[in-house]
Amino acid sequence: MAFHLKDVTLTPDRPTTLLLRKHSDYLAKYGTDSEDFEYNMTEYLRVSGIYWSLTAMELMGYSHRMPKEEIIKFITTCQNKENGGISACYPHDPHILYTLSAIQVLTMYNRLDAIDVEGVVKFVASLQQKDGSFSGDKWGEIDTRFSFCAVMCLSLLKRLDAIDVDRAANFVISCMNFDGGFGSKPGSESHAGLIYCCVGTLSICKRLDAVRINRLAWWLAERQMPSGGLNGRPEKLPDLCYSWWVLSSLTIINRLHWIKKDKLENFILACQDAETGGFSDRPGDIPDPFHTLFGIAGLALLGNKTIKPVNPVYCLPQETIDRLKLEPQMYKH
Amino acid sequence: MSDSGDSDVAWTYYKDRPEWSDVTPVPEDEGPNLVVVIAHSDKFVDVYDYFRAVLQNNERSERALHLTKDAVELNPANYTVWQYRRDLLKALGTDLRSELEYVELVIKNSPKNYQVWHHRRVLVEWLQDPTQEMELTGDALMQDPKNYHAWQHRQWAIKTFGLYEKEMDFVDNLISDDVRNNSAWNQRYFVVNNHLGWSDLNVQREICYTLEKIKFIKNNESAWNYLRGVLIHDKRGLTGNAVVTSFCEELYKNKCRSPYLLAFIIDICDEAVKKGEVNLLHSATRAVALCQALAGKYDKIRSKYWNYMCEKFKKAAEQEEIDREAANNIDDE
Repeated sequence: MAFHLKDVTLTPDRPTTLLLRKHSDYLAKYGTDSEDFEYNMTEYLRVSGIYWSLTAMELMGYSHRMPKEEIIKFITTCQNKENGGISACYPHDPHILYTLSAIQVLTMYNRLDAIDVEGVVKFVASLQQKDGSFSGDKWGEIDTRFSFCAVMCLSLLKRLDAIDVDRAANFVISCMNFDGGFGSKPGSESHAGLIYCCVGTLSICKRLDAVRINRLAWWLAERQMPSGGLNGRPEKLPDLCYSWWVLSSLTIINRLHWIKKDKLENFILACQDAETGGFSDRPGDIPDPFHTLFGIAGLALLGNKTIKPVNPVYCLPQETIDRLKLEPQMYKH
Repeated sequence: MSDSGDSDVAWTYYKDRPEWSDVTPVPEDEGPNLVVVIAHSDKFVDVYDYFRAVLQNNERSERALHLTKDAVELNPANYTVWQYRRDLLKALGTDLRSELEYVELVIKNSPKNYQVWHHRRVLVEWLQDPTQEMELTGDALMQDPKNYHAWQHRQWAIKTFGLYEKEMDFVDNLISDDVRNNSAWNQRYFVVNNHLGWSDLNVQREICYTLEKIKFIKNNESAWNYLRGVLIHDKRGLTGNAVVTSFCEELYKNKCRSPYLLAFIIDICDEAVKKGEVNLLHSATRAVALCQALAGKYDKIRSKYWNYMCEKFKKAAEQEEIDREAANNIDDE
């Protein structure tokens, strides 16, 4: 029988312990390094970059190393005065992705007063389509990612009443595939990242009843490779960010115990850069804030006690979610 | 991400172009310390300083349109550049056919970029002409048969303009090239589900097709998943289709122990138990044995899952036992 698996090999010299201090150095320094060309290329997603860095810092207990007041002031400048949406960075156009990141950051700081909340609510509501789906901006690209951004954003603002929640959930349910997974649109292939978005949406909308729990959980458990890492679709290479997308989905549907936690932990630790700090997609690659957050948050879901608990739906510290008294639906059985 | 182009000797900076002397460049907003801005390549800084200037002035001109091309070349993921470019195309009444050719080139260089594919879709919508879309996506899928963006665009074009006719042949070629290509199997489902329909004949044809492919490579998650997907539409279920059950038992008899085969037989057992149609081959007892074999030998990495399933069947077996005894007692009375 041909076992033709796409996977990576973990080498003996890989990091095997969690280098928290190094990661906080990496994130504190990110963007202040004048040699960093990559950073300049990321202007168009800057608010999200702040969300990844700040959330990782919060979970590690190092958020005091982030320039709080400057971040808040910066986000204020990103809000569009006309339509209320928030852009990655002035003068870009507002987009639901950055609107959510901004709300997540301000929620962690408990500083929603820094923006016009009613403007955000109007912007998000304006993106809902007749079939319940959401576009990302005025150009109308439709994707279940945007459904998740919209409901998460409005639930953090306690304004889910501004949209048609039933239709929002029903659109996401219409993206469920024969294998129990979800894609970006009806008929699109199942993909672990989009499964997280869809399961997260249904959790916030309290419609987990529509999920074929065991079928989906098995598909997700199948994502674990012999290296311990998780891939996002069959026959693809493992990537650290799926540690978050698969683990959070499995946590929401109460099936986290179906994968081998110790092997996954080894894989996540191996994705650390022992010299610079930070996590990369696969062992040996260049680190970035995106993978650093999902490495830290993944370890938190695996129960690492040196990291604060993370909420599997909102990807925010659990203490933030508790303060807001939010209770996303979690499958109990 | 394209090269910053510093080695491009023929390049003239915008700040040195007489036809741009009336525009004052707008440098990037400094933002918080965290996001202090730095050493872009000189060309990058020059182009984006002028881009910000025309964007702020909302300039509608040919030179602005040309500037967006340079900006795209430096960073095709910058969504604001594309949005502004579309505004310009509309305002200037530019020939959209040449724009189609242009975006095709950009797609060839950046095939995994949300913005370029969305731009393509908007153009096709404006022109209401999908004649090139099958070839364009076909080429992209030749390069990377799992490119999610290309598949989304292809499904959109097929659905919107009814281009199903030759799609089964296309899918068949891809599956013949790589029988483990999950995206191609998903597309197969998409075509049957949206176009051919799940008539009894089609269900049987799809089953035969899939079994042939499994015979070729047994350890193929995608094909087994597809088989389950097809059988959702078979009124007789998993247990009632003799072609499927005897195929599985034949493989098993010939010593095939692919986890997917064993998992499938477990599903057959599960259905038999639920329908109360337990037989010699398909019972809770056999399911227990198969789960144990998977947990202990054939799929150790998912041993937690198989142990969980095992417990479920143990309860079912015990329950049957109780039911049988209860039935006997009633007979006795």
